[in-house]
Amino acid sequence: MPHLLTYAIFAPLAGSAAIVLLVLLRPLLRLPKEQVDSASRLFALVSSGLSFALTLLLWAQFDGARTGPQFVDHAVWIRGFNIEYFVGADGISIAMIILSGLISFIATIASMPWWVHDDPQHPHFSKRMVPGYLALLLLLQGAMLGVFCALDFFLFYVFWELMLLPMYFLIGIWGGPRKEYAAIKFFLYTLAGSVLMLLAVIGLYYGSRSIPGVPLALADGTPVQHTFNMLALAQLGQRGLFQTLTSLFGYRFDRVVWLALFIGFAIKIPMFPFHTWLPDAHVEAPTPISVILAGVLLKMGGYGILRVNFGILPEATRFFADMIAVFGTINIVYGAFVCLAQKDLKKLIAYSSVSHMGFVLLGMAAFTPQALSGAMLQMWTHGIVSAMLFLIVGVLYDRAHHREIEGFGGLAARVPEYTALMGLAFFASMGLPGLCGFVSEFMVFYGTFAVYQTLVIVSASAVIITASYYLWTIQRMFLGKLNEKYRDLADVNWRERLTLYPLGALSIFFGFYPQAVLDLVNGSLQQMSHVLRGAF
Amino acid sequence: MLHVGLAHFLAVGALLFALGAYCVTTRKNAVGILMGVELILNAANVNFVAFGHYSWGGIHGQVFALFVIVLAAAEAAVGLAIVLTLYRHYKTIDVTRAERLEG
Amino acid sequence: MPNAVEIHWAWLIPALPALGAFANATIGKKLQDRLGKGAVHGIAVGAMVLSTAVAWAYFAVMLGTPAEDRYLHQTLWPAFAAGSLRVDLAFALDPLSMMMTLVVTNIATLIHVYSIGYMAEEPSYWRFFSYMNLFVFSMLLLVMGSNFVILFFGWEGVGLCSYLLISFWYTDLDKARAGMKAFVVNRFGDFAFIIGLFALMWGLGGSWTGQKSGGLSLRDGYAASAVYAPLHDGATAAEAEAMTPREHGIAVGPTLDFRELRAEILAPETGILTHLKTTTIFGLPLVAFVCILLFGGATGKSAQIPLYVWLPDAMAGPTPVSALIHAATMVTAGVYMVARLNFLFALSPAAMTVVAAVGTLTAIFAAAIGFFQVDIKKVLAYSTVSQLGYMFMGVGVGATWAGCYHLLTHAFFKACLFLGSGSVILACHHEQDMRKMGGLKDHTPITRWTYAVATLAISGFPVAAGFFSKDEILWKTFTTENLAAPWIGPVLWFVGLVAAAGTSFYMWRSYYLTFWSGSYRGGSGHGEHAHGGEEGMHEAHAPRESPVVMTGVLLALAAGAVLASVLGLPSAWGFTPILESFLEPVTSASRDLLHFSEPGRGLELFFMLVSVGVATAGWLVAAWLYKTGENPRPAAWLAKYAGLHRVVFNKFYVDEIYAATILRAAMWVKDVAFWFDVHVIDGLVNFVGVVVRFVANVDGAIDRYVVDGLVNLTAEAVLASGRGLRKLQTGRIENYLMTALAGALAFVAINYLVH
Repeated sequence: MPHLLTYAIFAPLAGSAAIVLLVLLRPLLRLPKEQVDSASRLFALVSSGLSFALTLLLWAQFDGARTGPQFVDHAVWIRGFNIEYFVGADGISIAMIILSGLISFIATIASMPWWVHDDPQHPHFSKRMVPGYLALLLLLQGAMLGVFCALDFFLFYVFWELMLLPMYFLIGIWGGPRKEYAAIKFFLYTLAGSVLMLLAVIGLYYGSRSIPGVPLALADGTPVQHTFNMLALAQLGQRGLFQTLTSLFGYRFDRVVWLALFIGFAIKIPMFPFHTWLPDAHVEAPTPISVILAGVLLKMGGYGILRVNFGILPEATRFFADMIAVFGTINIVYGAFVCLAQKDLKKLIAYSSVSHMGFVLLGMAAFTPQALSGAMLQMWTHGIVSAMLFLIVGVLYDRAHHREIEGFGGLAARVPEYTALMGLAFFASMGLPGLCGFVSEFMVFYGTFAVYQTLVIVSASAVIITASYYLWTIQRMFLGKLNEKYRDLADVNWRERLTLYPLGALSIFFGFYPQAVLDLVNGSLQQMSHVLRGAF
Repeated sequence: MLHVGLAHFLAVGALLFALGAYCVTTRKNAVGILMGVELILNAANVNFVAFGHYSWGGIHGQVFALFVIVLAAAEAAVGLAIVLTLYRHYKTIDVTRAERLEG
Repeated sequence: MPNAVEIHWAWLIPALPALGAFANATIGKKLQDRLGKGAVHGIAVGAMVLSTAVAWAYFAVMLGTPAEDRYLHQTLWPAFAAGSLRVDLAFALDPLSMMMTLVVTNIATLIHVYSIGYMAEEPSYWRFFSYMNLFVFSMLLLVMGSNFVILFFGWEGVGLCSYLLISFWYTDLDKARAGMKAFVVNRFGDFAFIIGLFALMWGLGGSWTGQKSGGLSLRDGYAASAVYAPLHDGATAAEAEAMTPREHGIAVGPTLDFRELRAEILAPETGILTHLKTTTIFGLPLVAFVCILLFGGATGKSAQIPLYVWLPDAMAGPTPVSALIHAATMVTAGVYMVARLNFLFALSPAAMTVVAAVGTLTAIFAAAIGFFQVDIKKVLAYSTVSQLGYMFMGVGVGATWAGCYHLLTHAFFKACLFLGSGSVILACHHEQDMRKMGGLKDHTPITRWTYAVATLAISGFPVAAGFFSKDEILWKTFTTENLAAPWIGPVLWFVGLVAAAGTSFYMWRSYYLTFWSGSYRGGSGHGEHAHGGEEGMHEAHAPRESPVVMTGVLLALAAGAVLASVLGLPSAWGFTPILESFLEPVTSASRDLLHFSEPGRGLELFFMLVSVGVATAGWLVAAWLYKTGENPRPAAWLAKYAGLHRVVFNKFYVDEIYAATILRAAMWVKDVAFWFDVHVIDGLVNFVGVVVRFVANVDGAIDRYVVDGLVNLTAEAVLASGRGLRKLQTGRIENYLMTALAGALAFVAINYLVH
């Protein structure tokens, strides 16, 4: 099936457009509001589901042994600036594309209202301005897929920015009590990153030129002077072009550009000390948005570092590797300790994301194939597990309207199914073998120990802290005497089951057979490991 | 021996002009002003005649002087008519009182 | 490498309990509500019985295989791979794991059956059996895994089940806390374990010198280069196999597979042995570093000093759990692991010394605490810790088979003791305090006799298996030459002997306090809610023997505790220990590395006599003090040495010390980290926000006052000048004329002056 990726990206965008059109036509057609709401829900489910189905098709057709991009769509977009529409999937992106399709679909399901436990005092966010919400959600989904698929740097940047806007509104309009603060904090943080990235993109563009062996040309064969083509940039970078360019501010060109890009991506990951937007954004965002935020958005940082920093500027990456590893370790340990201090359940999970994304940084810094694959797998598993965790918090928040850990107690007796699901998610996140968090952490440690023994030992000590904060949370919320306030708490409903059980099943499946993902990514990552170690 | 030349005529003209100008600028009485204007016009007449006589010869100067006298007569007629109207309006011919057009 | 036998149904052994766990977890509640508890335990016990049957079948297969080929192997699927790292979900049954599998399945089946009786009143019956099956699944992964990762799967899995089962009665927050404590303390051990594992893999791989030189370094001519070598495009398992570096036909490099690891270390021609022995990490010898860390993992799981603190608290779980997990199976995982890696530990006398010394210390330390416990399960818990110490003593001094033998016999007698205590507790209406028991020998005869047999076994009388295993360990400890210094062995032997006397004393103490010492002193216990108040008070509180599902199991275990002697009748008596020869294919790995002195058979027999002597002494003292329940001395001594008693009774305040140091440090760090996050980082962010706002204000001010000011100024100037100039327009003709004249005059004057 040709143009598979394009369809996957544009299916949600088309859904979004359809919803907008419907709203515009509403006065003409004299549709009642409820019908527009229902129709836009239907549009959202269909287009998001279609996109997910297409990414699954990608999985089936992807050839993990090849290192180049597959499913390529390549055409000139803006000739004057050598900008192309260039999408494709290789081992670095394929896992993220599929994850993005999956999490988007789950988030769409989670955005549907549930009619049974409706509390008139606290109307559910999914019933306010439904078409607007869903249109933004779909826009976000399309843009996310676009970021992972884009192989033209400009296109990448466009999708990257396109993703920020709906996020800002989704948090700022449908969020919790401090939503404005959170939305603006999120926006400013990521915008700061974007600005640096834009400068770096332009720098790379003007730094690029044809060198022997790497002729630059557009999709139709027109030779050009500069290029946004990421693959061409990667080839130039791997041949050392960017090291020889005029220095900036007295520092080497490639290192300055590297740092600008890295900060942009590190904010997304989020890396200490750029992480404080995350807890606020998570706490205030509505559940499905938290799911997307943790499940996909954070991965863009890791993906960007792999694709851009590592791919295009390997020499500078070698220079900064120690720094990445140190920051990764700080993320892991620091995040874990901060988790221990949290009183708000959602904040705890947000900080645990900080801790777990540290593994991605640590693994990437080691350059060994095991660690790189481990980092990629960690992004995958964290995507699944954190999505599940946020959904689970959402379940409780919808009913109790607060998230204070100390405010519950003994819930296990009242909501056993919920407790079991929460336990599953917690243990998966804790890295218990047999659940998906373990293998990625193991691979990261295994691959990194060859390079940074001390850092691995320090980071591995976080497994103790991680177990402590999760178990302590379970103990405070679920064990002991039932808090009489929650005598009538309802257990999970069918919408929640629809989202939680697939993720739970996946976290067990990938606990025992992570190779399913590794098969997709190993080829490309091992080649990258070769390049990074200067052995190509 | 006093030889009357152009300069003397010009001096008389200048004196008349100065008196006329003084009259126009200081008088508040509208009729006085008109009289000052007459003086100025006659100062011009003197100059016309003098220059006509001393510079080119011929009657150009006299013709201009006659023209000015006629014009002055017409002017006086119109001016007095205005003064009359002024008087009817303001019951005075003091021009400083007629200041409604002042900015 | 000897041949492996590929088998195809080994996966059933763990899969059946997994299936049982899954079934009970999902539909167990419905089954229990609709069909009653029989359906629930039908599934659970059925799964266990089938699993056990498969295990026995493979035992038969193994016996039919020549001893050197006893390695039954099955790969299910490749779990994960990257670079040279390959981990398969694979099971291997060699004699050691076969023994463990049989112990686990059989004991677990018995305890499942017992639980039918013990847990009969439990509303969450289905949950209990689901957890139990899940535990067996994990434990079987642990013992059957053919590589470190599967072992670790099981290792953590049993930890999880232990957590779930300890806090089974979670509405009691103390029990929930005990579960959490067990898990977190174990995590300390796991941390050590994985670091040790990574260090080992690192050592096998040679060192990667990192980014600076951009490549791998070859050291000692040892083929380390391929360690992190990538699989190229289209890599398959076969291709990867072909690319594996080999020395003399033996695959070398880091491997997580036990058999491959053993093969490459044991073949001297690969050079790995020398390589490992000469490598250092952080300036320490690698092998010692690795082994001590791996043993650190074992101290967590097997409750040794310094991580034993969780086990006594773990008694909060239901008694069958204590029997299965915290006595017979899970806690022996550490011993199993050390035995499995005997070839590695044998390389480092320092590590061997640590293992043996920690084991011995734990044995006596825990025995000492056991002296004064009044809770019958706590006594047994400390006794377990102490017995595990013996096992580590055994594997630590190089007597791998003796350690494993003690593991096996201990599984029987300790399970029997725990289940006996469960029976007693049930009879006494959920009372665990021995001071409130007494005289039960008439009420619960079967429990009493089986308890007595198991006590005989644990205290080391040559009628039951415990004697043979413990004595073998002590003898090997005395004669070992594998420790860091020759004097250590005899010292450890002496300490072990003292601990044996202590064991005998406190076990008989518990026996007499429970079953003798006058008549039943029991009050109401906590049993009211369990039995309801309708029955007559007297009838309800008289202790009763447990139902036959429980006593039957007790009898079976007691029989096992005696009959297991057959497996290890000592060579000093002219036998060849069956288990020793059975485990030979495993222990042969370290045969050439380990040495024992041969002081002669006479001395060995004499030492046996000494052992029996100290055991008898312990028994007699216990009988003297506690049998009648009227001897005033225990109470008098308690009063006299109250301080000492308090220290020992409170477990030397180790828990409190941990709470005051590690726990408090962690809590402090957490507060600091969060403070840092909120005040420094967020403070910084907010400060940046404030600065931005300040700049924006300044900017706004500039805009308002400077830029706008200029614009306004122009307008103002025009207006003002207009206002000023307006004055000139007087409307007075004379003024105008004057001005005109003045101008004309000025013009003339200027004209004049210029010329």
